[in-house]
Amino acid sequence: MTASVGVVTFPGSLDDRDALRAIAAAGAEPISLWHKDPTLRGVDAVVLPGGFSYGDYLRCGAIARFSPVMDLIIAGAREGLPVLGICNGFQVLCEAHLLPGALTRNIDLHFQCVDQVLSIENTETAWTNGYAKGSQIVIPIKNGEGRFVASEPTLDRLEAEGRVVARYVGSSPNGSMRDIAGITNERGNVVGLMPHPEHAIDALTGPGSDGLTFFTSVVKALIAA
Amino acid sequence: MTRVVVDVMLKPEILDPQGQAILGALGRLGKSGVASVRQGKHFEIELDGEASPAALAQVEELAANFLSNPVIEDFVVSVGAS
Amino acid sequence: MIDSVTHAAATPDVVLPFAALGLKDDEYARIVDILGRRPTLCELAMYSVMWSEHCSYKSSKRHLRQFAERIPVQAKDILLVGMGENAGVVDVGEGFAVTFKAESHNHPSYVEPYQGAATGVGGIVRDILTMGARPVAVMDSLRFGPASAPDTLRVLPGVVAGIGGYGNCLGLPNIGGEIVFDPSYLGNPLVNALAVGVMRTDGIKLATAPGPGNKVVLFGARTGGDGIGGASVLASATFEAEGVRKRPSVQVGDPFAEKVLIECCLEIFAADLVAGIQDLGAAGLSCATSELASAGTGGMRVVLDTVPLRDPTLAPEEILMSESQERMCAVVEPSKIPAFMEICAKWDVTATVIGEVTDGDRLDIYWRDELVVSVPPRTVAHEGPVYDRPLSRPADLDALRADDPVLLARPQSGPDLLETLLRLVASPNLADKSWVTNQYDRYVMGNTTLAMPDDAGMIRVDDSTTLGLALALDGNGRYTRLDPYSGAQLALCEAYRNVAASGAVPLAITDCLNFGSPEDPEVMWQFTEAIRGIADGCVALGIPVTGGNVSFYNQTGSTPINPTPVIGVLGVISDVHLRRSIAFSADGEQIFLLGATREEFGGSEWAHVVHGHLGGQPPLVEFDAEIALAGLLHEATGVLSAAHDLSDGGLAQALAESCLRGGRGARITLPADVEPFVALFSESAARAVVSVPSDRVGQLTSLAAARGVPLLALGTTGGETLAVDGQFSVDIASIRAAATGTFAALFG
Repeated sequence: MTASVGVVTFPGSLDDRDALRAIAAAGAEPISLWHKDPTLRGVDAVVLPGGFSYGDYLRCGAIARFSPVMDLIIAGAREGLPVLGICNGFQVLCEAHLLPGALTRNIDLHFQCVDQVLSIENTETAWTNGYAKGSQIVIPIKNGEGRFVASEPTLDRLEAEGRVVARYVGSSPNGSMRDIAGITNERGNVVGLMPHPEHAIDALTGPGSDGLTFFTSVVKALIAA
Repeated sequence: MTRVVVDVMLKPEILDPQGQAILGALGRLGKSGVASVRQGKHFEIELDGEASPAALAQVEELAANFLSNPVIEDFVVSVGAS
Repeated sequence: MIDSVTHAAATPDVVLPFAALGLKDDEYARIVDILGRRPTLCELAMYSVMWSEHCSYKSSKRHLRQFAERIPVQAKDILLVGMGENAGVVDVGEGFAVTFKAESHNHPSYVEPYQGAATGVGGIVRDILTMGARPVAVMDSLRFGPASAPDTLRVLPGVVAGIGGYGNCLGLPNIGGEIVFDPSYLGNPLVNALAVGVMRTDGIKLATAPGPGNKVVLFGARTGGDGIGGASVLASATFEAEGVRKRPSVQVGDPFAEKVLIECCLEIFAADLVAGIQDLGAAGLSCATSELASAGTGGMRVVLDTVPLRDPTLAPEEILMSESQERMCAVVEPSKIPAFMEICAKWDVTATVIGEVTDGDRLDIYWRDELVVSVPPRTVAHEGPVYDRPLSRPADLDALRADDPVLLARPQSGPDLLETLLRLVASPNLADKSWVTNQYDRYVMGNTTLAMPDDAGMIRVDDSTTLGLALALDGNGRYTRLDPYSGAQLALCEAYRNVAASGAVPLAITDCLNFGSPEDPEVMWQFTEAIRGIADGCVALGIPVTGGNVSFYNQTGSTPINPTPVIGVLGVISDVHLRRSIAFSADGEQIFLLGATREEFGGSEWAHVVHGHLGGQPPLVEFDAEIALAGLLHEATGVLSAAHDLSDGGLAQALAESCLRGGRGARITLPADVEPFVALFSESAARAVVSVPSDRVGQLTSLAAARGVPLLALGTTGGETLAVDGQFSVDIASIRAAATGTFAALFG
């Protein structure tokens, strides 16, 4: 039985095609989900991709979080459905309160597209179990609103509970608090990540293939489940 | 028709790099005497009819759950402002 | 009181403000002659925008004909759509067709840098979309005044933010381009944007309105007051030294609206729902309706009241002139309308039937039940004025060409040569541009295999194939100022060489021609010489011009910019895995210089940076040498590790860039029979620097000999320094600091 992973397309989503490609490369069946779909089509996991859903109007992800498909995803996440929000997807997860904190304008006010070194700090989640704890990987980051902010108590709690999934190594390109690049919820099934693992699945089109493990991890987690 | 205005600002403890960039630019433009600048959003909502308590409550709810992000922003609702 | 056709016929003595709309006396008289009466206000609006320089190409048309008339023999099979359509289309093999084009948005970017550049990107992307293709990449060629000028600080960051803001939101990777600073462009920045799209060869769409009874559908954004008069007023007027003479209304773009429009169109194309389609760019509805009707089987009838408006106070002539962005106009068979509307509804794209194709021969437009436009569409769209502007070789050209840079003080000693190298590496034109290019998404769509700072951008056509497209966009103003004919050819050769260096085979070109006022005979002479140069060059290289753009009136007062032709060359590679970057990627490889070096410093970066000098003659153009070099670079696939073409800054700059890109140094020995200064900084054309694994040197030597390409062993890759025997040795870290410090210091 092949695991199936859905990728949601909101109006303005851009990296949905790349996420579908990464899922196929990881050996799972990629399923396209439309923001108005009334069912999740039985997928075993969901990716909210990068892009500019609704043009980033009002706030990034603020409008997409009210899509019909999001009701299903929120309900599914509460039952343990693995959900990965990449970049704009991370923004949607924060707006939907599936993850704490918020993503704000990059501290130097510029959009930044660079190959970024990250350290993977939590390898228990459905999306990171394939990495060795503390391993450093290189994947592209590309956004204008990637600065992670949260209250001090929230940040302390995330650290104490080991819920920081990935951290920027070297200078953070966006000024995120505690250099946080990605976090997870209490249960470890919902992960938000600012950088783009789907753009690092082969050396032909990216800085390498360090990102593929996000997708092979979830396949492993689903088969084990 | 009544106009209701919602002003949204980042919470005081949240860093506002846009406001800082503006402050820096004022300095370069030779303007003095400005201690700080913070940038926010101003929403103008035209309601059909009067601003009844029920209608205002709806606007408050909209402001709290949609027009602002409660994690990082505060809002103020005013009726009939320009 | 509506100025209807009936009213116009009945009031022949009413004088309309045609001069204020940019029309000349004889042009107005011709309109009266065509219609047999005075035009209505709406008709006047249409003719004034469509007969403006920007839309009608009245000063350039007769010269641009050369491109269509002299298509190289080798190109006839691959050219699917040539000049005259929204964009050209070429067959790249495996059933794929590629459309690409470059366009300028210069004046709006001076007025409002962010929106001017943003809407420039939006406009060229729509030109690609309207041919039936999915847009897949963008590039940009930017020129500003001196880097430290206050106005450059005002314009550059906004332009870069606008290109990034619009292109990133559309989801198009930015895969390359150029940024050039020169006093010539102060007050007249150049923003040239290129877009490329991919489709199947049987999926090409044209701007035509066939079939009486077919519906005309306007879809996309609502129409507002953007850019009213922008086309005829703005692009046909220069900027006086004191400020803007005519007050323009700049267009404001919404990239989200264009993104959903792209997805909506692609679904419409896949379902084969349109008989013809045109995007709305300069001159908005005036252009779309008259061009569709002109190319159709008959006439067209439009009801202006049905146009969805953002601003309900617009007058009918304003609706016709509006340049609101993100709008398209399609011709759809009545039976296909429900399916068309359903796709638009899915994407929340406003779509309205505004008229239909008729079997008459007029474009008739109604407003409030009155006929306000009744014109033969060809007279609006295609039979505008054609000027034969006077030409005159610039009076100062002989003196300029005689001012040979051989007389300038040149570095002799090793330390002086090193100081020159570091100074050039740090100069704004040659410095590292990451501050700019990191603001562009290069990864979106997942098919980018090469991007800046390599010589060309390269994308895989589709993830079902290994077929790839390479693109290079290059121009130069200084060489062209010294000699417009060979200067234009040098821009063509540079882009051609860049594509070849990446491993691809050049196939076709697009051009963006930026010049001063066509009313200045010296500018017109430069223009005609440049076109002649490009046409001759294309025939020599065997690659056709598929389409392009002319931007006139780039001048402040009576001083035109340097004539600046910008050329985009498209190439094809059968397997993207075979691509080459410019990086010295391994230690111990052998470095070779391909091509012949002469003492050629006219218009060079060295003369410009060190002496502020522009004079002499530009480098010699040798098409046979360029063809031989490109052929060798292609045949040596699998033999070469890296290839980097030589251009601005010569060999020294190319070596520095290949070292920085690969993160390692090189040990170089210059030829004994050439002055080191000439070897390092001359800008002779038809040259490239390559690195080869030691066990493949023999193969390279044979291939080069067979092609007659001069081959010079230069040295070896490796180490932490760039060392030139007997001259200097410098840490790669120092070169990097010099290269990367400039933009950070200038723009923060």
